[in-house]
Amino acid sequence: MIAIIDYGVGNIKAFANIYKNFNIPYKIAKSIDDLNDVTKLILPGVGSFDHAMQSLHDSGMKEKLDELVLDKKIPVIGICVGMQMLAKKSDEGQMSGLGWIDGEVKKFSREKLDINLPLPHMGWNNIVLNQENRLFDNLDEELRFYFLHSYYFQCNKSEDSMAIASYGENFTCVVNNNNIYGIQCHPEKSHSNGMQLLKNFGEL
Amino acid sequence: MLSPRIIPCLLVHNKGLVKSVKFKDYKYVGDPINAVKIFNEKEVDELIVLDIDATVENREPDYKMIENLATECRMPLCYGGGIKTVEQAQKIFNLGVEKIALSSSAVENPKIITEIAREVGAQSVVVVLDVKKRLFGGYDIYTENGKKKSKSNLEKFVVELQELGVGEIVLNSIDNDGMMKGYDLNLIEKIKPFIKVPMTLLGGAGSLEDIKILIDKFKIIGCCAGSLFVFKGKYKAVLINYPKKNEKYKLFN
Repeated sequence: MIAIIDYGVGNIKAFANIYKNFNIPYKIAKSIDDLNDVTKLILPGVGSFDHAMQSLHDSGMKEKLDELVLDKKIPVIGICVGMQMLAKKSDEGQMSGLGWIDGEVKKFSREKLDINLPLPHMGWNNIVLNQENRLFDNLDEELRFYFLHSYYFQCNKSEDSMAIASYGENFTCVVNNNNIYGIQCHPEKSHSNGMQLLKNFGEL
Repeated sequence: MLSPRIIPCLLVHNKGLVKSVKFKDYKYVGDPINAVKIFNEKEVDELIVLDIDATVENREPDYKMIENLATECRMPLCYGGGIKTVEQAQKIFNLGVEKIALSSSAVENPKIITEIAREVGAQSVVVVLDVKKRLFGGYDIYTENGKKKSKSNLEKFVVELQELGVGEIVLNSIDNDGMMKGYDLNLIEKIKPFIKVPMTLLGGAGSLEDIKILIDKFKIIGCCAGSLFVFKGKYKAVLINYPKKNEKYKLFN
């Protein structure tokens, strides 16, 4: 059973709706009691880094999630700020991240961006895979996804970077290390590509 | 490469969708959920839905309707109408909306932008400014569906909005609304130098050519339209439409 982590931050219903349409069993996990029989985790997130981390701590689920992901190695995917939370820390806040993937979150530098490129990075952009992965099976040849962010994940180990996108500079937009995945763009709002990706995750 | 965004804007009035001309003469064009379903099929870039009754009637946003729209929507959804507090904004995000649009409340109480951005992140806070040409040059900002003129200076106000942490600014031309004769390019030329966040223009698009003109000139920009995506032909028959992928890509080159 997939658990969509509901810690008061993020677009829970959009994910639920997609899995419902695919007839893939899911549940919405609001507390530690909801995490007993889960085999996969979705960690959504919007808003600021500290607000999201604080909310996750307040939900009481953090330690249990550490155990499920790091000890039991069940697959997890962090989405948008949920991906950034996988890092050790972020330029956007003071709190520590989950540290599940070796990296930190950086802000796009205004100086490196063309004058015509606004911040946040908002809209549909292409992503390019560094490595093949089942997550991207049966997607369109052109991998276009919806982005909405001003910060990005910087991997300390290049092998953790699964895909990159370009906005003024190339940046990692999908990370992976073993059972841990993260994606900066919004698959839940990226039409058929995004739905297929979430289906693939459900079928890993 | 990041593409310009082509965004249908839907107006909700008396629970139905309407389209106006110069913020008047509302014509019923259909059911909101049905429109979202069609736009899903057409894989639109984003969608803006504005409840034009909420502020005027001084009532809460219609959370049930927002939830239904967000649940149906497979592309990013921006909702606006009647949002005055951080709590309301938070509640709307939790219903599955990606961005919230402020208009009256941002003009009357700009500090709310900072408060909301702190909770939900600046990237999700949009301000829609309804503007009208002055008789002797320049533009005024209006609220409450074009009825109330604000004293704020447009150029200064867009700078202030960005200092307060807005994530996107939508400029909506009251003069061009529903006219389908092209965007107000002077408006954007005048304001663009002051804007470093994503910017979207609304009001006046009558053809894909109008959108192409906007993109050719301003590159990465949000091209928003109402009439263009709900009417077809010279008699303005109601027909929800949106460019196909290949038509869209032609606009980008």
